[in-house]
Amino acid sequence: MAGEHLLSTAEVAALVARGFLIFESVVPPEINTAALELFEQTAPIDLMRDKPTSGTPLSELYPEPSPIGAMLRLPRVQGIITSLVGPEPVYDHDWVHVREPGDVLDQHLHQDAIIDTTLAFDIQLFWFPHDVAAGEGGTGFVPGSHLRAVNEADIGRYQNLVGQRDITGPAGSLAVFHQGLWHRGRANHGAQRRFMYKVRLNPTGPQVRCWDLADYDEVHGDRSDHIFASYQDHTAAAMFRRAEPWHEAATGRLETVNRSRLWRYLTADTSFDADWYLTRTEGRERIDRGTD
Amino acid sequence: MQRQQVLVLYLATSALDTPVVGWSLYDGAAGGPTAPVEDRPAPPYQTGVDALRDGWRLIQASPLLPPDPETERQVSYLKHEFIFEKLVEIE
Repeated sequence: MAGEHLLSTAEVAALVARGFLIFESVVPPEINTAALELFEQTAPIDLMRDKPTSGTPLSELYPEPSPIGAMLRLPRVQGIITSLVGPEPVYDHDWVHVREPGDVLDQHLHQDAIIDTTLAFDIQLFWFPHDVAAGEGGTGFVPGSHLRAVNEADIGRYQNLVGQRDITGPAGSLAVFHQGLWHRGRANHGAQRRFMYKVRLNPTGPQVRCWDLADYDEVHGDRSDHIFASYQDHTAAAMFRRAEPWHEAATGRLETVNRSRLWRYLTADTSFDADWYLTRTEGRERIDRGTD
Repeated sequence: MQRQQVLVLYLATSALDTPVVGWSLYDGAAGGPTAPVEDRPAPPYQTGVDALRDGWRLIQASPLLPPDPETERQVSYLKHEFIFEKLVEIE
């Protein structure tokens, strides 16, 4: 995989911190057009397409001719996928989501699948093959919600959270979500059907440093990056300590800790820390165990 | 005849006078579907106390519970949920 198609360390750290990345106009017009022709045939319920079998390697998905396969085989899309779930992920499932014009109901907020217990994570790609303006059904999501241990629709009571967003952008835009990001289908006040293709991919091995490492040393920093002592403003730790506006004051610190734990997994650096939270408690735990 | 309106506020801490970080409204006096999610939302009140001063009656507040062992650092559902009501007259 050529380095220019991979994500940077800063981009991967941003996904760890906030749970999403958005790339505008990644998919070219001819693939978007072919996809819309296909989706018009399969809408509104995506049960008419031949779908791959769960567990199919990414490299075997949707052989030519297929607009979905063409999208997935784009070098930039391959680079994004490889950076986050490694070079050999497998297909979980996909779906073409349709919001009809005039559909004014918002879906309840939810997290996909079931409550998650692992550091290893899946990604979900959200592909919009046409322009999506504000109010026209772009998927709603809650930045920084991906590490919350909740179970699917149990969060449906949460109607509005400060800082929530809707995906908007030009045709061919792609959003990438950590599996845990809270999201919902949004009302479509526009005049056109809104199509969105979503595919979930599972890693098959450790997701350790699969991205472009050119900026690794600069972004990774070290565990002494501590807001109450000496700190940097451009490092992974700086991203991890930045609370979302809906994070409660104290829980926001736990978000920093959980982001740091995920970063340790992705970098295989078990000493990484942001704001000394893990380091100080691990030191005391060693004392308690009599191993220090 | 009276109907209940329910306002759920999620606050930044357990104190009722801290900022609103999330909210939901269910209106028993209105017909049709639940009011849509707002595109660029701003909280209806700055704090929980502001809701009291606007006539909302607090009927439930989240208890402060210690975490279960081994889950002390887990983040999950919003912790500081305050449920308010108003009773309104309908025709």
